Amino acid sequence: MSVPEPLVSFRRVQKTYDGELLVVKDLNLDIRRGEFLTMLGPSGSGKTTSLMMLAGFEVPTHGEITLAGQSLRDTPPHKRDIGVVFQNYALFPHMTVEENVAFPLAVRRIGKAEQKTRVARALDVVKLGALGSRRPGQLSGGQQQRVALARALVFEPKLVLMDEPLGALDKQLREHMQIEIKHIHDNLGLTVVYVTHDQGEALTMSDRIAVFHEGVVQQLDTPQGLYEQPQNSFVANFIGENNMLGGTLEGVDAGSCRVRLDDGTLIEARSGCANDAGRRVSLSLRPEKIDIEPQGEIANRLRATVKETIYHGDHMRVRLDVLGNDDFTVKMRYRANRVVPKPGDTLSIGFAARDCLALDAPH
Amino acid sequence: MPLASGSLKAQLRRAERMRKLRAFALVLPLLLFLIVTFVVPILDMLRLAVVDRDLAAVWPHVAQSIGTWTDRSKAPPPPVFEALATDIRDSYRARTLPLAARRLNYAIDDGRTLVFGTARRLPETSPDWRGTLIEIDPHWGDLKTWAAIDQASGPLTSFFLLAAVDRQKTADGHIVSTPSGQAIYVEVLTRTFKVSITVTLLCVVLGFPVAYLLATQPPRRANLLMILVLLPFWTSLLVRTAAWIVLLQEQGIINHALIWLGVIDHPVRLIYNRIGVYIAMTHILLPFLILPLYSVMKGIKPSYMLAAKSLGASPTEAFIRVYLPMTLPGVGAGALLVFILALGYYITPALVGGAADQMISYFIAFYTSDSVNWGMASALGTVLLVATLLLYWVYDRLVGISNVKLG
Repeated sequence: MSVPEPLVSFRRVQKTYDGELLVVKDLNLDIRRGEFLTMLGPSGSGKTTSLMMLAGFEVPTHGEITLAGQSLRDTPPHKRDIGVVFQNYALFPHMTVEENVAFPLAVRRIGKAEQKTRVARALDVVKLGALGSRRPGQLSGGQQQRVALARALVFEPKLVLMDEPLGALDKQLREHMQIEIKHIHDNLGLTVVYVTHDQGEALTMSDRIAVFHEGVVQQLDTPQGLYEQPQNSFVANFIGENNMLGGTLEGVDAGSCRVRLDDGTLIEARSGCANDAGRRVSLSLRPEKIDIEPQGEIANRLRATVKETIYHGDHMRVRLDVLGNDDFTVKMRYRANRVVPKPGDTLSIGFAARDCLALDAPH
Repeated sequence: MPLASGSLKAQLRRAERMRKLRAFALVLPLLLFLIVTFVVPILDMLRLAVVDRDLAAVWPHVAQSIGTWTDRSKAPPPPVFEALATDIRDSYRARTLPLAARRLNYAIDDGRTLVFGTARRLPETSPDWRGTLIEIDPHWGDLKTWAAIDQASGPLTSFFLLAAVDRQKTADGHIVSTPSGQAIYVEVLTRTFKVSITVTLLCVVLGFPVAYLLATQPPRRANLLMILVLLPFWTSLLVRTAAWIVLLQEQGIINHALIWLGVIDHPVRLIYNRIGVYIAMTHILLPFLILPLYSVMKGIKPSYMLAAKSLGASPTEAFIRVYLPMTLPGVGAGALLVFILALGYYITPALVGGAADQMISYFIAFYTSDSVNWGMASALGTVLLVATLLLYWVYDRLVGISNVKLG
């Protein structure tokens, strides 16, 4: 089976604003037709700049971006046929909802009658059919968001870009809209490039996620791949919750390895980095994969002091001091007759070798 | 504790009342200031435009007896002539005759000569005052003279307001146009509006790109440009106007520069005509357009233009369909501000304009300070006020005043 040609591809793209600092360093990224790809990263990581280069509002200082095999170098934004949903929606306040949605059709000189049916269809997709004659100012944040979406979809663009489109909504509405955008994507078979700094949002919606940090894509993978197979400690820390323990790599064989912690304890772990002995590594441990006072056979055991316990309803978070790392968190499920640890208690924690990933130590 | 809804409302009212009183106390000084310096003078102006007591004060008898003049096709009955003779004599002695003479002079050519000449030649007694007066000056037999006295004898008159729109009342009460040689105010009013509209349009055309530049430059450069825009504000109006006289005169810098550049081969007249008025007024009023427009443009996020482009609009189309409509409230506010300020311009046209470029304020100033004709000055002011309000109403109908935004 041949690999289908990507819809968008970034080739060795660089961007600098001041000639000194590269905001995007050597970006190589392929976006497949019909996929929901999220650019995830903290602010200043280059994700929005990459999106703006794709939309045509910024010009790469080096490299090339292609859309459906065509270089975008000399294509101005209005000829790219890419729908963009902005963070603040950018609905035109002097037009009604219908006029806003009809705008891309009007500038394409499409007939009034066809405009009308397509606007109605687009508003139906976002469930706003009844509000066509209102002005954007009369709509709630969530409704404005839907109008912006309808406006970016109505001209059937090759690609839809969304720049933190849910950032201004409250938590409940945001979660609702995440599902709804996902459904629209699935139903219409759109290709979506989505920018966010919210990892929960990225995990919920995306087919693949590109994690940006300091202008470089750290890892491009499915949500599950990112969570379970982070390629470096930045990704491990950025996606989900994570505990880190420093150590030195001692021996590696067939994916598993042994790491000597700083107090001399030897830990059995999965290897997630170059396998040369003597290398400094960070062990990545997810809070929900750690057992408190483990019963029976378990690969690794460590002593820990309880610092704090926080009640979370369905589980309890226990903050521990493990080998000097006093921000070591364990999620403890409630079980009947379980003794709840108290601050100051000393206890043992245990984890399987497969739940402990050795990664390059952060610089 | 259960609360009856009535007492709850009363509580709310009590609580609100204190707040409202405090708020009112804070605006009270400004309110008083506005009433004293703005509302009262305007009301006084409206009053002076219709109240006319000058003649009745010095000629009480004739003012009273003129009411008996019912048959307007011929001169008034003899008792009115007798009352006039009494009044002329009394006021001549009391030295108040000039007041009456000045008032009559507004309405009759050579009214002053008529009154003073009569007073000097008036006999002590006469069996037939009518004959005597007409003999002294045949104008006393003229119906126009009596109509003027009638209209001036107060206490209310339409004389000034009619005169301000080039109309007058005949002896039999019909309103007719002032003879064309004397009619000037309609033309002056038209000219005032024409100059104001032209200056406003020039300000919009010149100010829009500047405001756009200010709103789109990085802050540091925008601040510098803003200082350049505001600089004229820090200079006195008189100094700026005088500077234009220096620049625009026939041997001035601009003419020299144009000749040097080869655009013209002999000096062009740029001052003491309409061109000078347009140049100087546009320069002085430009900041009033730029500032509100700038603050509106500053509020338009760049993402609107980006969105329009991403949706397929070319830069020109995005500008026309998206940016321009969003700046209209600022254009409206600036244009209204400039227009209303321009309507009242006086010093600048007086200094850089010719005789045919004087605006209505010039005549108002002339009547208040030169000829001390408060009635005429007030009437012209009233006409200007009414015309402005009318225009404002039209503007509200066309644009909607709620669409005007100062930022």
